[in-house]
Amino acid sequence: MLVRIDGLHKHFGANHVLKGIDLRVKEGEVVALIGRSGSGKSTLLRSINGLETFDDGLVEVDGERLHADQTDLRALRLKVGMVFQQFNLFPHLSVGRNVMLAPRTVRQTSVAECESLARAMLAKVGLADKFDAYPDQLSGGQQQRVAIARALAMQPKVLLCDEITSALDPELVNEVLATVRQLASEGMTLIMVTHEMRFAREVSDQLVFMHQGRVHESGDPKDLFAAPQTAELAAFLGAVG
Amino acid sequence: MAYQFDFAAVWAYHEMLAQGAMRTLALTAVGAGIGVAVGTLGAVVRAWRLAPFDRVFGVYVELIRNTPFIVQLFFIFFGLPSLGVHMSEWQAAVLAMAVNLGAYSTEIIRAGIVATPRGQIEAAASLALSRFEIFRHVVLRPALQRVWPALVSQIVIVMLGSSVCSQISAEELTFAANFIQSRNFRAFETYVVVAVLYLLLALLVRQLLLWIGRRFVVGRPAT
Ligand SMILES: Nc1ncnc2c1ncn2[C@@H]1O[C@H](COP(=O)(O)OP(=O)(O)OP(=O)(O)O)[C@@H](O)[C@H]1O
Ligand SMILES: [Mg+2]
Repeated sequence: MLVRIDGLHKHFGANHVLKGIDLRVKEGEVVALIGRSGSGKSTLLRSINGLETFDDGLVEVDGERLHADQTDLRALRLKVGMVFQQFNLFPHLSVGRNVMLAPRTVRQTSVAECESLARAMLAKVGLADKFDAYPDQLSGGQQQRVAIARALAMQPKVLLCDEITSALDPELVNEVLATVRQLASEGMTLIMVTHEMRFAREVSDQLVFMHQGRVHESGDPKDLFAAPQTAELAAFLGAVG
Repeated sequence: MAYQFDFAAVWAYHEMLAQGAMRTLALTAVGAGIGVAVGTLGAVVRAWRLAPFDRVFGVYVELIRNTPFIVQLFFIFFGLPSLGVHMSEWQAAVLAMAVNLGAYSTEIIRAGIVATPRGQIEAAASLALSRFEIFRHVVLRPALQRVWPALVSQIVIVMLGSSVCSQISAEELTFAANFIQSRNFRAFETYVVVAVLYLLLALLVRQLLLWIGRRFVVGRPAT
């Protein structure tokens, strides 16, 4: 198992947001997290790389364990990449520098190596010609692909994607989804929160439906979409179409 | 009886004025350099709430912002010797300016730091950058960029305020003016000339710092 989550609990004050989450993800697997707003999808995802602390339970990625009270997150974060809804590129750095920053700073790779790595990653997301551009000169879709390249440059074992197309204009969604699809086909392990149901059905190997802080139903996406076992999932799929 | 203007009586001292202006500039350069460094440190400590130093900086900022500069200067130059701390008038002047600017720039730079979008810090954290690395590579430059015009204004204010350093006999521009008008008895002409010199210095320093900001803080080619 590449990712193992056991009995994860999380409170925001009195609000019990995660109520004992268990999740297993194999290497190369693509997991789609779906569920209503507020069901805890982002909180779960953010717990996997320590952006959110949790109160009880265990997260393990590629043998790297994270406990509830852990403060040193570097080893874990070297294995986990993340792409956000709001791109979050560094506005003062060129596209190339955005991608080079972490390899250069964290892995202390030489500048020349970082640069060729960055060029390779940008080529992978179809933005080889944008190396010297600045984030505000790019479309949303291009910015999100840079964010993907930036995460990939650290060669993570698993990539977390939190609604990475939700902030995009409809006509830009597909170029980002195509990039994710390509990563999936290359064997990248992905855990993604998405509202793109068709995409989730086509690309994911495991569908996880979250409801009120629990994994309410999970399994093969073809089966779940065809025949949801719970009334809540049926209602959710009916509502989102 | 009409007053006869005599600017030649001031021109006779032009070398002294030029030297005074240079010293005011030098005082400002050193004081501002140290002051902004102190302010950056204070801003980090305050923005990150690093106990107990955030309290120390909090008290420092309030103390400096709520007392007159000339009192701060006199305390350093005339007061500290009672504790056995002796300084030349230049050392005292630089220290007073640095301490004063340090307090104001702590608050200015802190405002720039706390305006950093949370998502950018989280993105950097998810790339395994440490807190210090995030500050250095992701937070600091955009923060300085955001507050640079305010910082430049404050530096100009401190430069103009340095005129009171003449009161501890630091021989800067105002000291030169006071000396000249005590010799030529041409107070009007002398202070008109000195006011114009300060005006030019202020414009020069402002433009220079704004240029430095565009060139090195923004650090990005014009498009
Ligand atoms: N920083 C926070 N402080 C307090 N409560 C929070 C915080 N972040 C999330 N919550 C609460 O935790 C619950 C789960 O939020 P979460 O963002 O994980 O949901 P989600 O499934 O990602 O929803 P969405 O589809 O809207 O993104 C919600 O009730 C939310 O209000
Ligand atoms: Mg969410």
